[in-house]
Order: sequence, then C-alpha cells, then structure tokens
Amino acid sequence: MTTMLPVLRPMIRETLRSRWLLALVLGLVALGELLLRFGGGGPTTLVSLLDVALIVTPLAGLVVGTMQLHHGREMTELLLAQPVTRGRLFVVLYLGAALPLALALVIGLLAPFAWHGMLAGPGALRVLGLAATAGTLAFITTAIAFVIAMRVDDRVRALSVALVAWCITTILWDGLVLLVALLLGEHPIEVPLMLMLALNPVDVARVLLLLGSDAAALLGYTGAMLARLLGTATGRLALLATLALWILGPCLAARRVFQQKDF
Amino acid sequence: MIRATGLAKRFGRRDVLTGLDVAARAGHVTALIGANGAGKTTLIKILLGLTRSDSGTISVDGRPLDGSPGYRAIIGYMPQIARFPAHASGRDLLGILTTLRGAATPADLSLVEAFGLAEQFERPLGVLSGGTRQKVNAVLAFAFQPRLLILDEPTAGLDPLACRVLKDRILAERAVGTTVLITSHVLPELEELADDALCLDAGRAAWQGPVDQLKLQTASTSLERAVAGMLRRTPEVLAR
Repeated sequence: MTTMLPVLRPMIRETLRSRWLLALVLGLVALGELLLRFGGGGPTTLVSLLDVALIVTPLAGLVVGTMQLHHGREMTELLLAQPVTRGRLFVVLYLGAALPLALALVIGLLAPFAWHGMLAGPGALRVLGLAATAGTLAFITTAIAFVIAMRVDDRVRALSVALVAWCITTILWDGLVLLVALLLGEHPIEVPLMLMLALNPVDVARVLLLLGSDAAALLGYTGAMLARLLGTATGRLALLATLALWILGPCLAARRVFQQKDF
Repeated sequence: MIRATGLAKRFGRRDVLTGLDVAARAGHVTALIGANGAGKTTLIKILLGLTRSDSGTISVDGRPLDGSPGYRAIIGYMPQIARFPAHASGRDLLGILTTLRGAATPADLSLVEAFGLAEQFERPLGVLSGGTRQKVNAVLAFAFQPRLLILDEPTAGLDPLACRVLKDRILAERAVGTTVLITSHVLPELEELADDALCLDAGRAAWQGPVDQLKLQTASTSLERAVAGMLRRTPEVLAR
C-alpha cells in the first residue's frame, strides 16, 4: 500500500483542483457561518446543517463519482496498460475520488465551528460526529457511484442512474418507510422498519446523528420507537456496524466489477 | 512476439473478433490495417489485458496471457489521442507511470528534447494543444525501454516535423530489435515503417505477411493500392 502513495498523491491533487470541490467547501462554510451567526448556534443549527449534509453528501458522492470515473476513462486505460494488477489500481482510483470528497466535507462542515470556538466544549462531540458521518457517507456513495459508472457505459445514462439513486436514498425511501408504517400501523412494525432503515445508508447515518440530539423527540412516534430501540449502547453499536457494512459492501462490489470489466 | 489463435470476442450482439489467427514477428514493425470496426482496437485491448477474449489464446513473448500483469512491463503503449487529467503535467504522468511500473532505470526522455517539448512537459495538459498532448503521449510510450511498442494512430494530430521525429524514433527502435505493432489510416506512412502487414476484416485476418509480398501478389506499386487490390479480390469479405 505504501508503494501506491506516490501514485495516489497526483490523483488526489487532480480531484482537489477541480472547481466543484471548492464550491462544495465554500457552500458548506457559508451555510454553517449563516446558521451560527443568525440561527443562535443552538441544537437547531446542528440539525439544519445535518439535513443539508445528508442531502448534499450523497449527491456529491454519486454524481461526481460517476462523472469522474467516466471522465478519466482514458487515463484509467493507460494505467491498466501498465504492469499492475487491477486490484491495486482500484484502490488508487477509489481513494483518489473518495478521499478528497470526504476531506472537503469534513473541512467545510467543521471550519465555521472552528472559528466560532465551538470545537471544544459540550457540543463539540456532535459537530465532530456530523463531520465524521458525512465523511463516511462520502466513501459509501463514491463506491456505489463506481459500480454505476462501470456498469453503465453511456455517460448520460450513468448520470441519470446516479441521480435516481440519489433521489431514492434521500427522498423516496423515507416516503416508502412512511407508507409501510401507515399500512402496517395495526401490527408490530419494529422489525420491518429496522430492516428498511438498514437498507438505506443515508437513513442509518441520519438516525445515528439524530439519536445524539434532542431533535429525536421531534420525530414523533417513529422517533420515540427508534430512540427506545436504538438509543441504547447496543443500538448505536448496531448502527455503526451497519454503516461499516455499507462501506465494505459497495467497495467490494465496485472492486469486483472493476476487475471483470472490459475496457 | 505476438501470437493469437482462434481469438473471438462479442460485445452484446455484435461479433467483433470471429476466430482471429495472427502473429507478429519479433524485431519487426507490423502494420495493423483494417476498416473502422474491423477489430483493430479490440485486438490491441485484448493484447493489453484491457479486454478479455471470449475464446482463443494470445501470447506475448511466448507467455500466454492469463490475467497476471507482469508481461506488460515490456510494453510501451501509445493510445489514440487521449484526454488525460487536465491539471496534471506530462512530468506528473511520467511520475505516476514510473511508480506503477516500479521502474528501476531512469526514464528515457530523449523524445522530449527531439520534440522541443522541454517547457510544455512541465505544464498542465489542459492548457496544451491536441498535437502537443499527443507528443507527451509519445514520450510516455517510449520512456521505459519497451521491447514491444503498441502504437494506436500515433501520428494523428502531429505536425509534419513531429511526425518525422516520431517515425525516425520508431525506425531507431526497430534497429535495436524492438517489436512494433502500429495502426494508422495513413497507408503511405505505414509503408515507410512497416515490414509486415496484418489486414483485419470483420474480425478475421484477411491477409498477413511481408508488405513486399502483398504488393507483389496484387501487382501494386504501393501499400495503399495493394490493400485496395486485396480487398477488391475478396468480394465476400467486402459484402459482409
């Protein structure tokens, strides 16, 4: 792995120099600054930022990851023509895309809190948790984006698949969960809801973050149920484990597709 | 140096290679000729391990390709005009390839000087013209003492002077025993460089052998006329 570092560095630099990443950082910093300055800096600030982060992160990961792999196709082919295994090359390409995005999210989310002196003290853990979760989501969605980009050769179609995946994870899935809850309202629905929750990494991330805040009470019946079932140490551990599985699964899938693909 | 037998590849419903039997002699320049869609690029991609054939075998330097990457250490590959990362310089790309290859000897950069590329080699590829990027491309392909050069339309986009530099380099490589596989749509150019011709048509080898023999057989004075004559004589090939 250390031998790949000199290869990884220019790849990461390439991603870091692109404009969308800078726009992402500046946008998050501006939003954080606005919320802290005019939102009073209370717990609602963090929940607002959390909402935005959970929408923007999958969008950036899925869309940019897909486009980046398609855009760099010729470079990938040149690299594949060198005496290296595809497994090693996958690590370079994946980290080259996911690491800068995760870094941008963490910096963009933390910077306003840093200069408002809120990275130390009682609320600091929640802010750091938000940044870490957003970074984790960046790794997950980039891996899913790689699967999409390699399975769908047409750029425009790949982009639309990525957008559909984003819509499902951030908007449609919650509607589906609500629908199931309504339809099965009479029955004990803990198990199906837990399963549905686990199937969407963005939801796992959201619940993990909301459990740590007072906002869980705002979620009504579902929130109360979630707080009861997952608010325990075991519950949180299960959520973290699910998130870890969500990194592992898409990464392994993307690696497998990469190794079998005809370029 | 290269030997393929019964190579077949299908993309979806399209048969690209249909039982291709070809060989390229070591230390010679082999011109890969064929209409668009004849299978030239697919053959090159299988040779590089970018694509896997459905059936048939292919070997490089006597080693059958089995998915292990080691054989590519002797290959210098120059792809068709490629859009590489816009922010990286030629020097950056060279660094990436050097690391990936674990190259022990320093890269041979004599082409940088021959092209007069010293300044542009340090600048981001995004600001360079298409022809200049193609020169960078050539530098990378020749940098690691390859024993097998695979050049896909190498002179496309190059000015006449750079063309001359590149062709002289190819001939110099041949003189020291490097095997070269080259495609081009400019047949007079191939005639100047190639010892052998390998004509693909509809995924099969339509004709292969020394260029002189091809000209003799078709009673032609140039490779261009010979290829035209050869294709005319095989109407069933054209009909497909």
